[in-house]
Amino acid sequence: MKTATDPAPAKRSRAAAAAAAAGTATGQAKAHDVVLKVRDLAVDIRTHRGTVRAVNSVAFEARAGETLALLGESGCGKSMTAKALAGIMDPVCDLADGEINLNGTDLAALTPKQRLKFAGPELGIVFQDALTALNPVYTVGTQLGEAFRIHRGLSAKEARVEAIDLMKRVGIPEPESRVNSYPHQFSGGMRQRILIAMAVALNPRLLIADEPTTALDVTVQAQIMQLLRKLREEGQMAVILITHDLAVVAEEADSVAVMYAGNVVESGPVFEVFADPRHPYTKGLLESVPVHLERGAQLKSIAGSPPELHDIPAGCVYQSRCPLVQEICCAERPALRPVSGAGTGPVGGAVTGLGAAVTGSALNVPSGNEPRPARAAACHFSEEINNV
Amino acid sequence: MSEPLLKIDGLTKTFHVAKSASGNTRLKALDGISLTVGRGETLGLVGESGCGKSTLARTLMMLETPDEGAVSFEGTNPFGLRGKELLSWRRRVQMVFQDPFASLNARMNAGDIITEPWATHRGLYPTSREREARVRELLHMVGLRPSDACKSPQEFSGGQRQRIGIARALALNPDVIILDEPVSALDLSVQAQVLNLLNELQQELGVSYIFISHDLTVVRHVADRVAVMYLGRIIETGATEEVFDHPRHPYTAALMSASPKLDVSGAKQDRIVLEGELPSPLDPPSGCRFRTRCWQAQDICSEVAPEPQVLSALGTRHVAECHFPLDSIKGLKATSASVPIATAPATASAP
Repeated sequence: MKTATDPAPAKRSRAAAAAAAAGTATGQAKAHDVVLKVRDLAVDIRTHRGTVRAVNSVAFEARAGETLALLGESGCGKSMTAKALAGIMDPVCDLADGEINLNGTDLAALTPKQRLKFAGPELGIVFQDALTALNPVYTVGTQLGEAFRIHRGLSAKEARVEAIDLMKRVGIPEPESRVNSYPHQFSGGMRQRILIAMAVALNPRLLIADEPTTALDVTVQAQIMQLLRKLREEGQMAVILITHDLAVVAEEADSVAVMYAGNVVESGPVFEVFADPRHPYTKGLLESVPVHLERGAQLKSIAGSPPELHDIPAGCVYQSRCPLVQEICCAERPALRPVSGAGTGPVGGAVTGLGAAVTGSALNVPSGNEPRPARAAACHFSEEINNV
Repeated sequence: MSEPLLKIDGLTKTFHVAKSASGNTRLKALDGISLTVGRGETLGLVGESGCGKSTLARTLMMLETPDEGAVSFEGTNPFGLRGKELLSWRRRVQMVFQDPFASLNARMNAGDIITEPWATHRGLYPTSREREARVRELLHMVGLRPSDACKSPQEFSGGQRQRIGIARALALNPDVIILDEPVSALDLSVQAQVLNLLNELQQELGVSYIFISHDLTVVRHVADRVAVMYLGRIIETGATEEVFDHPRHPYTAALMSASPKLDVSGAKQDRIVLEGELPSPLDPPSGCRFRTRCWQAQDICSEVAPEPQVLSALGTRHVAECHFPLDSIKGLKATSASVPIATAPATASAP
């Protein structure tokens, strides 16, 4: 961790201490403060076939020291959500609606210039493809030091020292000599470490990791996930992990938001959601994974494929593939509403949170006494899932 | 499987590359690979990127010529064939590629893509009526509509494109299909559809699969036997359940352990996290290739390359190349007590 020149860690540790004090009631020393609260997020893309809505009224919250997984298949809007949070959308995309509340500041209301101040000290992002995310013509030392030069006004020499420090922190061997290497001289796993180092350079409160291990082998993936966990705990960061891998979610995340065709269709604590899904899509996904099955046995697949963005039906987004579909599903889009698990898991906190959640903003919970995130699902028939 | 359909013995392939850091210009992509594939069997081939999986696939497709070693396909060596015999051999081994977007020609329609192999193998369906009937049949087999034959690849989703790729491979009625990461570019829900399709086709046609994948969950589901590759060698092979549940080679154990598991019980498992990455195949370690990352490496491991040992615990043939194979009965669980978990041990660090 960095020295006293940085006011952020001091502030953070106060917050962590306060949270720890609050958390003693539940016997947990980890901070669970809500760092990021997203409400009604909507992103439009202007295409030659008209404007399409890629992200539609997405809501979730991320808590310090915890990992929230955004889970979904390709094209479901999870990466678009991440880009909207970070303010790095393509020029053809518009933030149509919503509030991105990061520690009391609504990022959605800021101008791009004002946002620059938040990129780095408050919010870091790790991209999937480390080779394209790094600039091939600068040494990694220059790229790692950039954050310090811009945000802290350090000289090139001082920034280099910080860069070496960072490389040590993310486990790159021989940082003193490798600081002058170029991205192509590193292996895939090491490049991903460099990318992570860049994202956590200024100890952000929120780290967005967009498919950080998809391009890596499993043994390296395990290393990177271990590193992310370590950094999360050290800095009490809130981590948003974007992935399509259910197993990664089950192992790494505390809570999950399942996205489909631009909408969050189900959210809640990971083990509750996975043990007892309340949306037919979540259930279908879980059943598509070939585990605990006899070899060669028929997998339960979801028929069809996700709708095209310019062709999303009026009612429920999942209607064309849903086994429970009825007339109301085609007529009315179900809102993300609180659901209770089937008596599994520690739902006590969730139930107390439900009352607050029902009133309008689905995930708006009273501050101070932070209950566990409630479970929610966007389905007219979420109580009948088990009959599928 | 009494007489294997395909038998590979000591296959070696060296590439000559521009000078590496160590001055070595010879890259041994395959170093003494021995394998068998039975009729109607699925062999899973797993390993990290750069371990030689795809080179092996390309060599079996005769896209590469091996330096040494013997390939026997029903008793004949395909590399000794010429002319018509070679052509008829090529019909019998087909391939499905990983990327369903890059592996289909965007300027041809689906029907043309599926029928193109018959332009080379003219004798197979000589009349246009036969060809048309066969295209309809193939499309039906892979779950597409006859009208889809006129569509171009762009009009299909990823899963549908992979179905076209499978139909193209089936067009020549092959005996072996090499599936190079056939589902890794697909979304989970679509992946299950394609795996089901492959399974149905195998039961219907009795075709053998060589299924290359880095997704161990998928391999476990489809494969009868598994071969684990590391730096150009097969370090462990055996029946799928044997290898997955009782890995004998430390690398296999680490690979299984590193693969994330969908366990909804909430129990976070201990995990072997290997240090370092795959060494460069240009400069493989002396002795055992895995020793630089192995937590139980000893002096002998750097001096002597381990020979394949037959370790048949449960009546099936299980081969591993290790001086200190893991305990078979207890497998990973027993050794994990003595293996430093998660915090990788000092012995596993690079030399």
